[in-house]
Amino acid sequence: MQKVYERPESMADVQMSYCPGCLHGTVHRMIAEVIDELGVREQVVGVCPVGCAVFMYEYMSCDMIEAAHGRAPAVATGVKRVLPDSVVFTYQGDGDLAAIGTAEIIHAAARGERITTIFINNTTYGMTGGQMAPTTLLGQKSTTCPTGREAMREGFPIRVCELLATLDGPIYLARVAPVNAAGLVKTKNAIKKAFQKQLEGRGFSLVEVLCNCPTQLKVSPIDSLKWVEENMVPYYPLGEFVDR
Amino acid sequence: MAERVLMKGNEAIVRGAIAGGCRAFFGYPITPQNEIPECMSRLMPKAGGVFLQAESELAAISMVYGAAAAGVRTMTSSSSPGISLKQEGISYIAGAELPCVIANVQRGGPGLGNIAAAQSDYFQSTRGGGHGDYRTLVLAPWSVMECYTLTAEAFDIADEYRNPCLVLLDAVIGQMIEAIEIPDWKPKVPPKPWTTTGAKGRPANVVNSLYIIPSDLEEVNNRIQARYKHAAEHLTRAQSIRTEDADVVLVAYGCSARVCRSVVDMARGEGIRAGLLRPITLYPFPTREIDALAERGKRFLVVEMSSGQMVEDVRLAVEGKSEVRFYGRTGGVVPAPAEIVEQVKAMAKASSGSTTVNRQPTTVN
Amino acid sequence: MGKIAINNERCKGCDLCVHFCPKQVILHGSSFNSKGHRPPKFQDDGVCTGCAICARICPDVAIEVWR
Repeated sequence: MQKVYERPESMADVQMSYCPGCLHGTVHRMIAEVIDELGVREQVVGVCPVGCAVFMYEYMSCDMIEAAHGRAPAVATGVKRVLPDSVVFTYQGDGDLAAIGTAEIIHAAARGERITTIFINNTTYGMTGGQMAPTTLLGQKSTTCPTGREAMREGFPIRVCELLATLDGPIYLARVAPVNAAGLVKTKNAIKKAFQKQLEGRGFSLVEVLCNCPTQLKVSPIDSLKWVEENMVPYYPLGEFVDR
Repeated sequence: MAERVLMKGNEAIVRGAIAGGCRAFFGYPITPQNEIPECMSRLMPKAGGVFLQAESELAAISMVYGAAAAGVRTMTSSSSPGISLKQEGISYIAGAELPCVIANVQRGGPGLGNIAAAQSDYFQSTRGGGHGDYRTLVLAPWSVMECYTLTAEAFDIADEYRNPCLVLLDAVIGQMIEAIEIPDWKPKVPPKPWTTTGAKGRPANVVNSLYIIPSDLEEVNNRIQARYKHAAEHLTRAQSIRTEDADVVLVAYGCSARVCRSVVDMARGEGIRAGLLRPITLYPFPTREIDALAERGKRFLVVEMSSGQMVEDVRLAVEGKSEVRFYGRTGGVVPAPAEIVEQVKAMAKASSGSTTVNRQPTTVN
Repeated sequence: MGKIAINNERCKGCDLCVHFCPKQVILHGSSFNSKGHRPPKFQDDGVCTGCAICARICPDVAIEVWR
């Protein structure tokens, strides 16, 4: 028998700090696999967010920068503009990307920056304790909307892919959900396609990954994936929104 | 012979930056610094560098953070309210031990204030400005020539200390036109093994200001503070004008120093021995130079276009050994030489009648 | 024919591999690792195909696969 699956080279051999069953690690590994498969590890500069994935720089074995909350697309722009041959990605959560960093992501996308953003949408601020996120669903409870999000009080959840799809700068926008075997494959493929689009040098690419937060949902890991499928997918439809 | 040209202060910042090796500029429009990004957009591409107008000051300073992490000499510029917005990124840049240059063409404040010249960002500039235990190294040009040379040098300083270096001017210095001689400038660029440029043939690098273990963060802070101590020893700079025999030493920088230069001659014309001590570095502050003058019994009149900020550093330097008075105008008002001469005269008169040290500032608004 | 190896010390006992395994040859574990998690047990009875779905979902990169 041959070894067919092991830790990708672009991942560091360390224990990650995520809660049991949280898919951050799963998505990290997919990014590392894509970097390995494209053979670009020595060109990669990744930009980490503020949030649960703040320590991502410890989990990857490529050059990484830790950005201020929400500013990852601007930091990535600074890198890519001075190193046009580098492969630059940002990894951002929903608070980072769709609340405090809304201006940065919209303008990086509008400029068609040749960067790739992996956007983790889990409807919550996981690290700070489960507060309401810009993507928290209507009716969903959080520690800052304890009776459930109400449209007339907290406003509506933001659909990032649909928002960015109105711009001309993005060349690839996709939403995926690695909550079942097929979803895992589609997620990996979308991430790979997003990086390939960057290598083509024509514009901005983003993959929105619907993820779980078993800790803040207060359910088991497997039930948290079911929750994503049953509650998030109807509001955040899966698919490719831009592919050009 | 060096080339002699007429130039605006803001343009000299741009030309000095490019001479100093700057190859990436990220900015956002705000008056009275708009000539800097405008001129950069024309000249930087010709120098083979990057110019980008960002969506905000927050984004611009974060782009600087990224470009600095990639090892390129980079800068941004703004004016007071915009510099307030950049403080987030400046703190991160200081925490990640990255070099960069920031030009602040100060205007009146607080709030939206106005677009006239002011010096009310002294505290923000010299105390760090953002959160955490850091300072920005601050250079204060008083002429178009110095806008050029100090900006060029700021890149060497930022690289040497791995710390943001601020060029602090104001609307008058930025907008005025003077003849300058373009010097030959050779940037001194140290090796940068810490950059994130892709981990080719080396272990991966991380640019970061997060140290979750308190003792690790303390170690970083100690390293940063040690650089400031070194800077205090090696970087501090001030210009003395007729202080040798002076009874009253004016202390002023930038625009107000230009006014005080005239005051020295006017006061001497009236028989008062006045001099001028002009800090060129505001951080590190020329504490030793001022202390030496205080030891010799000189009395000080600090003149600022603020309600009294640098005067606190002068008092710290003097340590009560001598009298320190203050005269300031705020809101974008530039003090007239005659107003200051009156203050100098009052000081001279007071000293002939009494030896009491007056530690209270005289503030005139 | 396939087999897997679980790095018990890296495993956080989330059991996603248990639920994702199409052949149900990964079973909920009963013994604790040093961090107090219960890694699952691989039932090596020749049924595993080495499809690697368990490794693909594993958030802790704790599974290696042979085929």
